[in-house]
Amino acid sequence: MQHKVIDTKEVVIRFTGDSGDGMQLTGTLFADASALYGNDISTFPDFPAEIRAPQGTIAGVSGFQVNIGSGEILTPGDFCDVLVAMNPAALRSNAKWAKPSASIILDSDTFDEKGIKRAGFKTDDPISELKLQDRHIIFAPITSLTKESLKDSGLDSKSILRSKNIFTLGICYYMFNRPMESTQEYLDKKFRKNPDVAEANKKCLRDGFNYAGNIHAIPNTYRVLPAKLEKGTYRYINGNQATAWGLLAASEKSGIPLFCGSYPITPATSILEELALRKDLNVKTLQCEDEIAGICTSIGAAYAGNLAVTTTSGPGLSLKSEALGLAMITELPLVIVDVQRGGPSTGIPTKTEQTDLNQALYGRNGECPIAIIAAHSPSHCFEAAFYSAKYAMEHMMPVILLTEGFLGNGSEPWKIPSMKDFPEIHPPVLSEPQEIPFWPFKRDQERMARRWALPGTPGLEHRVGGLEKNNDGSVSSDPLVHERMVKERAEKVARLANYIPDQKVIGEESADVLVVGWGGTYGHLYTAVKELQSEGKSVSLTHFDYIFPLPKNTAEIFSKFKKIIVCELNSGQFANYLRTEHQQFKYHQYNKVQGQPFIVKEIHDAVNAIL
Amino acid sequence: MKYTPQDFKSNQEVKWCPGCGDHAILASIQRAMPEVCEALNYTKERFVFVSGIGCSSRFPYYMDTYGFHGIHGRAAAIATGIKVANPTLTVWEITGDGDALAIGGNHFIHSIRRNIDINIVLFNNQIYGLTKGQYSPTSKLGMMTKTSPYGTVEHPFNPGALVLGSRGTFFARSIDVELKLTQDIMVQSAKHDGTAVTEILVNCVIFNDRTHSEIADKEFRAERTIILKHGEPMIYGKNRDKGLVMIGNKIISVVIGENGITEKDLLVHDCEIENPGVHSMLIDMAYPELPVALGVIRAVKDKTYDDNVRDQVIDAREHAQIHNMDELLHSGATWEVK
Repeated sequence: MQHKVIDTKEVVIRFTGDSGDGMQLTGTLFADASALYGNDISTFPDFPAEIRAPQGTIAGVSGFQVNIGSGEILTPGDFCDVLVAMNPAALRSNAKWAKPSASIILDSDTFDEKGIKRAGFKTDDPISELKLQDRHIIFAPITSLTKESLKDSGLDSKSILRSKNIFTLGICYYMFNRPMESTQEYLDKKFRKNPDVAEANKKCLRDGFNYAGNIHAIPNTYRVLPAKLEKGTYRYINGNQATAWGLLAASEKSGIPLFCGSYPITPATSILEELALRKDLNVKTLQCEDEIAGICTSIGAAYAGNLAVTTTSGPGLSLKSEALGLAMITELPLVIVDVQRGGPSTGIPTKTEQTDLNQALYGRNGECPIAIIAAHSPSHCFEAAFYSAKYAMEHMMPVILLTEGFLGNGSEPWKIPSMKDFPEIHPPVLSEPQEIPFWPFKRDQERMARRWALPGTPGLEHRVGGLEKNNDGSVSSDPLVHERMVKERAEKVARLANYIPDQKVIGEESADVLVVGWGGTYGHLYTAVKELQSEGKSVSLTHFDYIFPLPKNTAEIFSKFKKIIVCELNSGQFANYLRTEHQQFKYHQYNKVQGQPFIVKEIHDAVNAIL
Repeated sequence: MKYTPQDFKSNQEVKWCPGCGDHAILASIQRAMPEVCEALNYTKERFVFVSGIGCSSRFPYYMDTYGFHGIHGRAAAIATGIKVANPTLTVWEITGDGDALAIGGNHFIHSIRRNIDINIVLFNNQIYGLTKGQYSPTSKLGMMTKTSPYGTVEHPFNPGALVLGSRGTFFARSIDVELKLTQDIMVQSAKHDGTAVTEILVNCVIFNDRTHSEIADKEFRAERTIILKHGEPMIYGKNRDKGLVMIGNKIISVVIGENGITEKDLLVHDCEIENPGVHSMLIDMAYPELPVALGVIRAVKDKTYDDNVRDQVIDAREHAQIHNMDELLHSGATWEVK
């Protein structure tokens, strides 16, 4: 049969299987290969909290969606063009994401009576039960083909079975005309010490590719041409890696060594892991006994003169609350990264949400304002982390950086920046006494920042702590001193507004509807607003990276729109915050609290509803 | 530079209750600091005193050094961060029985486990003083306090046992009224590489007065305590006529000259032996069966956390493939868009 290559602008593929089936790796390898080929991409890992839930059950299904395109790609896509399901449970829980025109690749070996029952199907015909008869279903005996492919490899049967994801990847490479070199290199590198395993996997990949070419089930293959990206050198990056690197960049630009005290927590852990690799860049990481020690060791390191960072997610931020107050009142630079996840309490640890905003804004005792910056895409985490650290050090205060599981685990191609394009960072480190006795809480008049007097410097001996103090450093419970210090600390945070960039509008400066967002929803909101604009609708977007303080031109922007709709992945925390900060406007809301990112269509519909 | 205790006194008014044992400890530490500087060639600006919350934790305000008055229980974590960030500093954590062993128990054991090179001085008055008299993790079983009006039903911690359980390398004990002993121990603590814990039995004159008096009072202190010195036989008593021997797996108090016992039969203190067996028995000794052990009970050599961190960083930087951000950004798989 003559196979036809169809050119297409954008394709979404969703890999799903048991959490032990290697779907995250399969998806990542496919995304890497596509990124290297030159496509714009966006990925979305969607996995359960359980490392290995009972095999074949819905609870154990792990997914990885990747959107590849020849144009601008800002979201992992709402629905998929190709669904790979390695077992009946994966099909049952993911069929809802398949477009009506989708192709569905299934491992037919797993669709036996037992597997079908385990997945919770009521009949022995999953396809009809899910009403998928119209989809293009490709039943491939992936398990047995993998066994056949590797029968002479010398690998044990468990290792052979583990390679079935690579066989599947081969099928996908055929379907999408992907080059396989990068994956082969990856396998060589990963199994460097075990060349037999590397060879076996490479064979499996080729066999999968060839199998797809030989059967007649795949009449057409697709080609997604390289995207017209801006010239330059690119890499592929996820949000947590970008966060870690942004902090490293701030360390380099300030000449201040980086310290990270942290405790493992999903989905923030890989920031600590990434920093732990970077001893070559003079990074010190301390995996602490708990979240509180994470922030307290960081506060100690900040006092001693390091760029101190602690990384966490929602429950960890709760545990750190008291110490956040200590960092705030001692006026020490500290970056607290909260990779938000589904809450409250343990909540849905591996799913994404924007529900820690209130906690970041208000979750401390006493008057304790702390600056908040949010990242809006995986690669933007780099810049957001860099500026969090810059402002923390230059303004001598803690800064909370809010990212999200969706950003931390999601990835995209990134035009590698040059460090020369980033500003220098000048923390107010004091090298000798300017006055005797030394006043630790004397402030500069512009930023209201105190000076950073490092232990080890002669003549600057001083005490800081959680007790209220006067500017000279003496402990004071004088009512007027307390009130003045409360105001000075608040004023310092408020004045950050003089240093952050102006808020921008995407689209017309004045229109019927202004879509307002913050954080990781940027890609979905942008895509929806662009769609609406291309339909001729009078809609613009303003997306906030600087949450507290807000940019100074916020009210001016809001005043030029007839309607404002605040879209966020919580019940309206940013909308309520805006109602307090800028009461003169009416705010519509679109909210979702499902542990899932927005889909473009729902934003599109929500805006249309108020137009 | 030669320092005097005066150099370590801050201009802040000392606000502990009159008669509080903390005054004596402050004096001992201020006297020890010039000696520490002399012995280790330190200058004053390298000292950082870190504390948590409680009466003892006001300590840093009274020292004219760098100081950090932290939050309840977290002094060990703050001190750890300071030491890791700048290993050239000499870091002193001042804490109490509630601060270190209740709310801060986790940080206490983990800093010891890591063997980070900090000095922990634990003021043990067996009571919560700053909150006005509730029982603490070291209050004696049955002690009546505001929160245990019928007597506590909890067994107390022995801080030294926790140190050994955390594989600690240094443990010493003193009493507030033993100013010279405290001073000497502080110097030895400073010299020790690794987490050095000193428990100081301290009197709370308001809420737990005389809690240690049966061993601390002058008239029987010599009879009911023993000051251990490395390499010397374990002798005590006002007339230096009592000693400790090991019979079977038990330490027994004997009178020298009775039953043919001579000084040669006595245990000789070895604080440097790695096996914690005898140290554990010494730490457990309690009046009236045995004298309470004072002095440096354990001081063994081991790699410190900060040494290990430093060695790893030096090694990683020597073999580094990545030397700056631009190199890092371009490491791994990249591609050109032309």
